[in-house]
Amino acid sequence: MGEFKVHRVRFFDYMPTAIRAMAFNAHTERLALARMDGSVEIFNFTDHYFQEKVIPGKDSRSIESLCWVGGRLFSAGLNGEIAEYDLENLRPKYSLEAYGGPIWTIISNTQGTQLAIGCEDGTVKLFEVLEEHIQFERNLDRQKGRIISLSWHPSGTHIAAGMMDMIRVFDVPTGHAVQRLLVDRGFGGSKSRETVVWSVAFLSDHTVVSGDSAGKVQVWDGHTGTLVKTHLVTKWDVLALSVSKDESSVVAGTSEGTVIQFQFIAPTLHQQQGKEWVRTRTFKNHTHDVRALAEIETAIVSGGMDTHLVVRPLLEKFDEKSHASGLRKIHFPHRNLVSCAKKVGLLLFQFPGQLELWRLGDSDGHGKPGDRLPLERMPEKLLLLKRKGEDHICCSALSSCGGWLAYSTVSCVRIYRLQTDNNNISITKVSKLPKALHSAHQLCFSSDSSKMFAASSQSSVLVIALTQSECKYVHTLKPKSGSRQPIHLMTTSVDGKWLAAANSDCEIHVYNLQKLKLHCIVPVYGSCPSAMGIHPTTNNLTVVHADQQVNTIISQLYLLQDWSRKLQKQGLHNVWLDRDTPVTHVTFNSKNPNQVVLHDMHMFCIIDQSLPLPDQKTQFYNQMTLRSLSEQERPSHLHAFKICKTFQDLLCVSLLDDQSLVVVERPLLAITSQLPAPVRQKKFAT
Amino acid sequence: MAALYEEFTLCGLVQTQNASDSPIQGIERDGDSDHAVVTDSTRSVTLYKVSDQKPLGSWTVKQGQLLTCPAVFNFQTKEYVVVSDNKVIRVWKDEDLNLDKAFKATVTADVWRVHSAPGGEPVVLFQRGAVRFLDSLLSAPQQPIEDVLSEEEVIRWSTNIVAEEQHFVLFTTEQKGECCLYVQRLNPNTLQKYRLEREDSGASPLSFSASLRDKHLNLLYLYPNGCVYQSVVAARGYVGLEGVQALPRSLRLRLAVGEGELGAASAVALDEAHVAVVGVPHPSARTGKDFLCIWNTNFQTLQAGILRNWRKLFVPHGKALSVIPYDCQNHPSGRISIKCNCSQGNVKLGVNCVQPQPHQTGPVDEVQREVEALVSRGDAQDLQLSVGQLACHLVARSQAETAFYTPVALAQLVQTQFLCHSVCPGLLLLSLEHKDYFLCQLCLQLFPDIPEVVTCACLKTFISNEVLQTPYSDNFLLPHLKDLDTQQVILFLQYLQFVYLKYSQDVYTQTPGLRSPTMTQIIDWVCLLLDAHFTVLVMAPDAKGLLSNLQSFVKSQVKLFSELGKIESSLQELHKMKLSKDISQYSIEVIELF
Repeated sequence: MGEFKVHRVRFFDYMPTAIRAMAFNAHTERLALARMDGSVEIFNFTDHYFQEKVIPGKDSRSIESLCWVGGRLFSAGLNGEIAEYDLENLRPKYSLEAYGGPIWTIISNTQGTQLAIGCEDGTVKLFEVLEEHIQFERNLDRQKGRIISLSWHPSGTHIAAGMMDMIRVFDVPTGHAVQRLLVDRGFGGSKSRETVVWSVAFLSDHTVVSGDSAGKVQVWDGHTGTLVKTHLVTKWDVLALSVSKDESSVVAGTSEGTVIQFQFIAPTLHQQQGKEWVRTRTFKNHTHDVRALAEIETAIVSGGMDTHLVVRPLLEKFDEKSHASGLRKIHFPHRNLVSCAKKVGLLLFQFPGQLELWRLGDSDGHGKPGDRLPLERMPEKLLLLKRKGEDHICCSALSSCGGWLAYSTVSCVRIYRLQTDNNNISITKVSKLPKALHSAHQLCFSSDSSKMFAASSQSSVLVIALTQSECKYVHTLKPKSGSRQPIHLMTTSVDGKWLAAANSDCEIHVYNLQKLKLHCIVPVYGSCPSAMGIHPTTNNLTVVHADQQVNTIISQLYLLQDWSRKLQKQGLHNVWLDRDTPVTHVTFNSKNPNQVVLHDMHMFCIIDQSLPLPDQKTQFYNQMTLRSLSEQERPSHLHAFKICKTFQDLLCVSLLDDQSLVVVERPLLAITSQLPAPVRQKKFAT
Repeated sequence: MAALYEEFTLCGLVQTQNASDSPIQGIERDGDSDHAVVTDSTRSVTLYKVSDQKPLGSWTVKQGQLLTCPAVFNFQTKEYVVVSDNKVIRVWKDEDLNLDKAFKATVTADVWRVHSAPGGEPVVLFQRGAVRFLDSLLSAPQQPIEDVLSEEEVIRWSTNIVAEEQHFVLFTTEQKGECCLYVQRLNPNTLQKYRLEREDSGASPLSFSASLRDKHLNLLYLYPNGCVYQSVVAARGYVGLEGVQALPRSLRLRLAVGEGELGAASAVALDEAHVAVVGVPHPSARTGKDFLCIWNTNFQTLQAGILRNWRKLFVPHGKALSVIPYDCQNHPSGRISIKCNCSQGNVKLGVNCVQPQPHQTGPVDEVQREVEALVSRGDAQDLQLSVGQLACHLVARSQAETAFYTPVALAQLVQTQFLCHSVCPGLLLLSLEHKDYFLCQLCLQLFPDIPEVVTCACLKTFISNEVLQTPYSDNFLLPHLKDLDTQQVILFLQYLQFVYLKYSQDVYTQTPGLRSPTMTQIIDWVCLLLDAHFTVLVMAPDAKGLLSNLQSFVKSQVKLFSELGKIESSLQELHKMKLSKDISQYSIEVIELF
């Protein structure tokens, strides 16, 4: 296929923040995940754990706990506020002050009619869930000492509350505390320290399970208030508990990074009576605190200080090895944080709080494969642009000529004019923006930089015309489907004629930009698009879905292209389908119309549509084999998927106009090295 | 001295209808001495790799055509040349598969032979005696060819000699019982004719062989009565002499033919000293046996079939073409007679050399001179045997005459490195007897095969670096070590301890050139000595200190090694670790996708 000059970039210091809380919605099979920076991510567990939505964080927001009520998502945090999220516009819908000081936890009853929060001031506050709002209902009996954790009995009549050195059981109708379960302190030096009950779980049979800062998982009888069993599982803290739906299993996350499973089983075989909670398995997929935990039907989902989300399938729930039975680690967001100005070799890195603009280095040298070329010019950070306000940046874009830069938060959009000549760079903020342009889920520029497109509410796209002096609202492109979901992908054709936008309903709308009209809706495929691109010469739309399917659609006819039809008929290679990270970027080789460049976290792939498709018996990763073959033997072993795994932990792979590749790596090791030392962080009240 | 090596069969032969005809027309060498081009008597040419006894290629002319002269290899163009049906010259290369498609040219007269030799152009000899270079002939195949011979004169034998810019074609003719030798010099072309002396019986020679030696052409020829004559023609001179000259001859060898006459025989001069003769019947054996003899002063081979080629004799006999490699050495001393019956029992060979030498009787300095002369000759092949021979003689004489001992000569012989213990078993013991430690050391150093008993004998007399390094096998050494007495053992152990400590202290300061035993060798010897004498040493009061020293030494070593063992695995891990490339924040790399 040939040689490529590769710009191997490692200066994007992307640093994900720690996972603080998670809540799994068993009904919709969505996992909501809150990070320390106040951002919330929604993962679709029915669609290959695809990160469907991201609600950007905010400086003043802190989330301690998440809670689903039906399809509604609530959070509460140490800022003392309860917030409900607008999952269609990806922003908090409203937030209200609970007046109880910092809030440690939020839960709902099984009926979904009430919320309860645990406050620093020792109160458990109940809120009524209304159609569009929540309303404060009453306080339960105020206690001395903060309420750290809560668990509602499935019947709704009782609430267990984890506090300092004790657990209280409240009778909800009366609001009185009916039981006081005293939790022992740790041994030795830690005896003088209060024990924090980090997590409680209230089971149907009135068993209360608690996890505390003394490293114990304790089982209590909620009726009598007596301790049934103590499992000392760690020298450090037990931070999180999660109960399976059938209440046969409880998992506990510790500061050591382990997840320990307890199962309610009879101690001897073939004995139905006398079941007890027995410690069974230990999983270690984290290096740091496991702060958030969810035991779902077939897997244990965990996250914590070390920032990555782990889905650990419970193998006994699977009959055979399959895609779903593999361990999943999600390190990087499933969207682009890097924009690339292909014509001029500029890179824009998006951080929550700032943007960085870099110019790639240069080399005149030539080398043979495997060589590192001497650098003629070092890469250069041209610009550091800090956002204004408290809201974090949710999207950004750089025009392909490098002349325009834009970003958006939930509250504002900003557009900048960039001028770079030689070593000088000047940046001018475009001052007057159209009123309609107040926030965007996605931004992109047309390839000639004359227009900007902003994904707005209800899957609509604003078309903005850019000139040297001003920027003008042109039109709003609206989908016919009436979808209210946000657009998470947007791409334009090189000739400026087409715009494709994909939303979380898996719909892809193709708009004709000359007529400013909807051209077509691409037939909906069951899996969410994770990346797409429009071919520079044929204008065919290539879409890669979360389930790894690759479809190419002929733009004019919205039919599957022959190649794609063949691919569908034959099926993708199992090795391709078994990859566990989604493709996040599609780009094309302008010099060779047959070549499509894709990448996920662990590889990049050049698909050459002129070559035969690999069947299941073909060796899929065949680059090493091909390298060892002679020139004559090679052609018979070629297939369409050319995969390079030389570069790892990829955030972006793009093909510049000069045919050189840009590979942005963020080694996980570099992320790990920035984490605090493992084992227990000092935390309030410990 | 000449030695024949074991024969091997190159290929089977198909008997022709006429048993007296050889099924082989000729054997010529290819580019190197390991390839032979064998032309059979009818239609095919086969190229063999001799050492592998394996055909590499074969070419055949069409049915109805006949090869009339052996194929030769043109060393200049790397082509093969053969003549079919007397007039058609065919030239082809290795890679040509079909002889019919190869180049061919038809000439105007019948060809007798094509001759080719390294360093010279191939020459075509016509049946009527004319000679042409192959090249010039092929450039104009239809050129007229003159008749040199008279009408009834026929060529019996021919050869081609190329040496030092001189090129000769020799051929003998026969006409009414009269034999003539023609010497055709090429460049410039001159032809000289000699008449061979008539043998009393009137018979014609059975075989000819010619060689160029000392600017003289030597012609060797064998008559059925067993006489081998040699005639010498100067390579230069006589130019311009017209007419037929008589060729003087001298008798080189008279084979004992007995009553009968040789049916078929061939004689070949191997060098000035040796003649190989092959013939039927064997002169001194029963009739019907063919034989191969190598005679000193001359060396000959048999009939149409013996071909001397590049230190290999090719002998077609019975149903096989055999190859017998030989070595021919100009060693004057041997009274060696090698006789061996080859596998089929029908080839015999003998080597006879007789000459008295000074080392058998002469004084020491004369012997010394002889040895020096021998050693300085420096032909490795040659020396191997003669050195062994000479050393044996010297040792035997020294053992016989107590006053006779030649340390310098013996040392010189040992230093040639052609000697080993088994060749001259008495040498090391002799040197020990004479307390000639220098020679002892030298032998220990250079002999690879000293028996354990001798090693121990050396140990009793002296201790050295050298003894420790002699190869040995535990099982054989142990019983001999037991012969040492306690004092010797203690001394030896002390010595070993000293050497070990010395080396372990200055492992890095050892002079590189110095031969020194390795640590393992020293430890092995200590172990062996202790094994052999442990009970005695435990009882001996003066060994006590030494033994406890050794014990504490072993203890510390064991500890050291266990510690080393502990870090070994970690070090191995380090070794296994891939050298991770230092990847900086930014680089431009070149990759290749296939």
